[in-house]
Amino acid sequence: METKVMRDVFIEQVYYRMRDDRNIFFLCADFGSPKLDKLKEDFKDRFINVGIAEQNLINVSTGLALEGFTVYAYAIAPFLTMRAYEQIRINLSLHAQLREINVNLVGVGAGLSYDVSGPTHHCLEDITIMKVLPNLEVFSPSDWVLAQGFVDYSIRVKKPKYIRLDGKPLPQIYNSIKDFKIERGLSELKKGKKLCLVSTGIMTHKAIQAAQRLSKDGIDIGVIDVFLIKPLNEALFMKALGKYQAVITLEEGFINNGGLDSLVLQLINRKNIRIKFKNMGFSQRYVFDIGSRDYLHKLNKLDEGSIIKNIKALLR
Amino acid sequence: MEMSNQEKLFKFLEDKARWVRKETLRIHKVAAETRLASSLSAVEIFTVLYYGKLIRFNAKDTRSENRDRFIISKGHGAISFYPVLADLGFLPKETLGRVCKEGCILGGIPDSVIPGFETINGSLGHGLGVACGIALALKRKKRKEIVFVLMGDGELNEGSVWEAVMFAGMHKIDNLVLIVDNNKVCMLDFCRNIIDLSPLDKKFKVFKWNVKIADGHNVEELYNALQSFKETAGGMPKVLIANTVKGKGVSRLETDPLSHIKNLKPEEAQGLIVDLE
Repeated sequence: METKVMRDVFIEQVYYRMRDDRNIFFLCADFGSPKLDKLKEDFKDRFINVGIAEQNLINVSTGLALEGFTVYAYAIAPFLTMRAYEQIRINLSLHAQLREINVNLVGVGAGLSYDVSGPTHHCLEDITIMKVLPNLEVFSPSDWVLAQGFVDYSIRVKKPKYIRLDGKPLPQIYNSIKDFKIERGLSELKKGKKLCLVSTGIMTHKAIQAAQRLSKDGIDIGVIDVFLIKPLNEALFMKALGKYQAVITLEEGFINNGGLDSLVLQLINRKNIRIKFKNMGFSQRYVFDIGSRDYLHKLNKLDEGSIIKNIKALLR
Repeated sequence: MEMSNQEKLFKFLEDKARWVRKETLRIHKVAAETRLASSLSAVEIFTVLYYGKLIRFNAKDTRSENRDRFIISKGHGAISFYPVLADLGFLPKETLGRVCKEGCILGGIPDSVIPGFETINGSLGHGLGVACGIALALKRKKRKEIVFVLMGDGELNEGSVWEAVMFAGMHKIDNLVLIVDNNKVCMLDFCRNIIDLSPLDKKFKVFKWNVKIADGHNVEELYNALQSFKETAGGMPKVLIANTVKGKGVSRLETDPLSHIKNLKPEEAQGLIVDLE
């Protein structure tokens, strides 16, 4: 199981596609990656660094996409989504209802990826604010295999998309995505009894760890990884969730305000199923504390110990 | 004495502009929600571009590859573009009488659901950046078409505009022609009392733009400036600062810093329509 930074794998895969497909542009707002240097060098006429100007990043990408090009717009996640939110709303979300427009917003730094850079660089709002936009898809991979696999989807599905990538190296979860399509949207990584964890992004790693720890004590819980947050594969999700009596959602984002937790809760309500529910994430407070991601998780009760505590409480 | 072809063209454009102004008032008479003053300052700009054949268009195939792209970033002031579109066959003429009415395609601020409009309008400061992307795409496709953008001077307060101004200069986007409808009035006051952008020409020049200034109600000046822009590539984006009067043709609006939000009573609009006939 290899550990990799998903943005590097993603960009490398885009690089291979750009070699064969001359209709792909890659734009960035003065933000890099070791893998970007080669892309920049080899596709000089299709790589543009627009400068520290996220609004213009979206607008220029829109113009290129309106003329039929596939565009990647690459920046730090909080700035890409929140500095340029209205550009995304007007030029991508609204436009996509009238015309085909393939702009892929690639945001690096989901959740607390930039742990020590403080709350300006943390991104705890993006799932909520991006999934509310009509005509726009939201992809939140938990490992580099999914990120790599999404590149083909991003070219094939000609819609605006938000791709939230973690900034840190993370171990591989999936062996390969050859046996399933991105459209599947989610995966029951581990089947369990009574309770399952529903998570996205880095929290899927925490969910797996908690499940493994508990299995040593003879407690068997399930793990569902949701990577296509929008559109959510409701049928598959309900099928997976149906056999459990309790569910805990895990996300590195604000809870009780439209994140992954709301998505699950709404579905439970709409389908009128009886299941115990608990959500874990960040309450309505920004994180000014300095320290590693694990340290910040601990402070905010999102660490393995807290997850296990919640599981046991719900199973009682 | 016989008129030269040039004189004939300018006479034709003046007559058309008068007709467009009259039709704009007619629309406002039935749709008081429309932004009249902002639309009246741009009448000659629309007229010269379309009737002067400076823009290549295809009313029957509005997404044809060989059209010039025209982005009306100041969507609020596009009501005076409706008569031009109807007259040239983009829209059925009857729609002009139903602006802002239930089921009509034409609202107070136009979007690309209307044939002849390229983008989503109404929120300011988006058009120029999108135009830069389109212009780069056309260059990449080795196409000769031009991207025209119309913005208001008040719109220049938006920071995103200057991100695009810097970008266009840096990337030498010379298939881009920006027209600033410099009508000098925002919503609540004269622009100079809110954010004074003078000298505007120098601001564009330092960002590596080719700048021209014209009287935005003089069809000859507008035509000559835009024609010369079309003929030169020059490795620079181009901006025409069209000095206009907000509410042009309605004397009580012409001096009013609140003209943007002033409506005419139907009988007042009717009086002005009669005067233009």
